[in-house]
Amino acid sequence: METFERIEDIEIRLLLEALYHRYHYDFRNYAMSSIRRRLRQAREQLGFATISALQESALHDPDMLPKLLRYLTVQVSEMFRDPGYFRAIREKVVPHLRTYPSLKIWIAGCSSGEELYSFVILFREEGLEERTIFYATDINPEALAQAEAGVYGLDRIRLFTENHRHAGGKTSLSDHYRSGYDRCVFDRSLRRNVVFSDHSLVTDQVFGEMQFVSCRNVMIYFDRILQDRAIGLFSEALPRNGFLGLGAKETLRFSSHADAFREFAREEKIYRRTGA
Amino acid sequence: MTGPREGAVIIGASAGALDALSLILPRLGSDFPLPIVVVVHVPPDKRSVLAAIFDAKCRLRAVEAEDKEPLEAGVIYFAPPDYHLLIEDRDTIALSNEDQVLFSRPSIDVAFESAAEVWGKALTGIVLTGANQDGAMGLKAIAAAGGTAIVQDPREAYARAMPEAAIEACPDALVLKAGGIVSYLQSVSR
Repeated sequence: METFERIEDIEIRLLLEALYHRYHYDFRNYAMSSIRRRLRQAREQLGFATISALQESALHDPDMLPKLLRYLTVQVSEMFRDPGYFRAIREKVVPHLRTYPSLKIWIAGCSSGEELYSFVILFREEGLEERTIFYATDINPEALAQAEAGVYGLDRIRLFTENHRHAGGKTSLSDHYRSGYDRCVFDRSLRRNVVFSDHSLVTDQVFGEMQFVSCRNVMIYFDRILQDRAIGLFSEALPRNGFLGLGAKETLRFSSHADAFREFAREEKIYRRTGA
Repeated sequence: MTGPREGAVIIGASAGALDALSLILPRLGSDFPLPIVVVVHVPPDKRSVLAAIFDAKCRLRAVEAEDKEPLEAGVIYFAPPDYHLLIEDRDTIALSNEDQVLFSRPSIDVAFESAAEVWGKALTGIVLTGANQDGAMGLKAIAAAGGTAIVQDPREAYARAMPEAAIEACPDALVLKAGGIVSYLQSVSR
């Protein structure tokens, strides 16, 4: 039996501790298997011999922080990802949302904005955009800036367009962007009712009552303790009958807040807040 | 009984996976004492039916893993499409959306490497048929951590590239036909 923690794991814990004390970024309860993999990549690609050396740089050179954040936060997204999720929102959730005079939607962990624009376009198609405020939050300022810019590579548009169609899109996706040489710029009017904000599911609190929280493939990077905290925040933000959408392979089954929700669209991972 | 058994079995397969796994998993008894994690390359946009197929065929229960799924002895866990599967600790599976590795998500290497970190010498890694190089580096990591490395005999495999790459990366691996792999696993459970 190994009695001692491996040196590299000690270094990782110390680095995460350092990032917290120096910059208040708290990755200490992130899932270790994936953070270990990404910090190894960071160490290699940023050219350090050890994680400890990377830590020294992170502590003394503020320019290292954004570079490191690119590894610590995973930016993989596409518009209308898992089209069935958006189809279920359109067909099953929207009829409920129509009954509200005003709506607040929270895209938690919005990364570079693909999910956000998917929601706004869907809400515009369904005639709900005008009565809705969209809160798009992330911990990575670089990702938030990308989300706010709404510019995506032309090479990705084909996939976005296909997804949008499978999600039951009522417009053509090309109605919503202008394409330049190698990129597409999404219409600025899509951001009219969007509030972008730096917010951490780890350290920050709830900021309002929401009718729908979409947080997909964000909590997979958290350990169970941290997942519980985030789900606790969502259960606080959602009134009775509010909706929570998770990623395709995420579940509330293992959460201590499982009782606060019931399944609404099982396959699509959409839950509804109970009265509990 | 020789006391509590620890550890796990992890299997990677690609082209020809269904047939190869069908020669192995249904032959394991319901008292198999370890969790079995299976990573098969499946297209990202399709719903995978592997767990349902093997749940019907096997005496062991087979499920498609969800994030933070607890690991239990005698259960077969399939990696879901379009996610990497990682072993978080001895009791828990974690999923990840990180970039594809060798054009694959799930990646066999990613899963094997994370499993080697957690289980060390208590892990058995098995590379089956496939038409690419995935699994070779992962099997090497399992062997380096003291685990048991097994490769399906390329002469028997539907696609030989993956087992051949694994043998090249891991020359001391046991090279066995499907029947031999079953016998090896049964010996673990006795």
